[in-house]
Amino acid sequence: MIYIQIFIAFFIPGIIGYGGGPASIPLIEHEVVSRYGWMTTSEFSEVLALGNALPGPIATKMAGYIGFEVGGVLGAVTGVLATIAPSLFIMIVLLRLLFKYKESPKVKRLSMIVLPAVAVLMAGLTFDFFQTSYFSNGLWLTFVIAMVSLLLIEKWKVHPAFVIFGGLVVGAIFLS
Amino acid sequence: MLGFGGGPSTIPLVHKEVVGTFQWMNDQEFSEVLALGNTLPGPIATKMAGYIGYRVGGLRGMLNAVIATVLPTILLMLLLLTSFNKVKDHPRVEGMTNGVVPIVGVMMATLTWDFIKKTRQGFGWKKGIFLLLGSFIVMEILNVHPGIVIGGLLVIAVTMSDKKEKIEIQVKGNSESL
Repeated sequence: MIYIQIFIAFFIPGIIGYGGGPASIPLIEHEVVSRYGWMTTSEFSEVLALGNALPGPIATKMAGYIGFEVGGVLGAVTGVLATIAPSLFIMIVLLRLLFKYKESPKVKRLSMIVLPAVAVLMAGLTFDFFQTSYFSNGLWLTFVIAMVSLLLIEKWKVHPAFVIFGGLVVGAIFLS
Repeated sequence: MLGFGGGPSTIPLVHKEVVGTFQWMNDQEFSEVLALGNTLPGPIATKMAGYIGYRVGGLRGMLNAVIATVLPTILLMLLLLTSFNKVKDHPRVEGMTNGVVPIVGVMMATLTWDFIKKTRQGFGWKKGIFLLLGSFIVMEILNVHPGIVIGGLLVIAVTMSDKKEKIEIQVKGNSESL
């Protein structure tokens, strides 16, 4: 039963997550945290932070790890398969067909129309993360850490992995 | 393996290997596959790996490529997180979690901004804001499952009257008859 749940939890983000792996993160969060309650928001953010600090595609890393947590090795395999198999299958089977219609406005509209919905989902997830941080760190610390990391990542183009590592160190020293 | 920061950042590296080192495809083929891959759902890196692997080595090639993309980092992740979970209740580790949450929040916020920008480019401000508000109300206030919302949007995209398309076809037809 648990494997069917894992499959559904990652199949849905895999099949509707237009815009690459990152677009499916809020969808995965919705299934894993809100629907099945396998994790809390802060646990999810931990996994996401580590996933972001490690190389490789993010969606499969999340699926592999969360699948493993919930259902062992078989759970990990189920999660990863559910994430990649449907879209890969469509890609291989439909590529020729798509080539024919690639100029069709329908095909172009397909990937465009989900953008606002994904943006809203991401905004919701952003809010969840800041809320979690507000409860554990308070308003000012959350604000300071957020501003510093925003400047580091966006303005000075420091690699996110280093910023996350920095956050871990600062947290271990000052926030415990 | 070297591509930090999620699937999309690995694309240039995949390109270098496939077109440069192994010459399985030329530039144009690669960018066409990439463009089509982007119109389909799901993570882009595994779609590219699977499709290119399939073209080069059939089913076995596909399996190899996907496993090579996915497996090393999942193992790394499992190793790190399971050892992390063992010491989870230690106060220092709790502090580490607290330190990381706002940073993940910032990363998510920048991703959100990216998607809002893309929405604006695709629809313009007015329509974009309307769609953003609409999906906000439906998903966050009415609590409709995001899968249903996105599925519904996709159906709308396909069934929406294709006036523009028909005009384009007519134009093409005209120019051909001319």
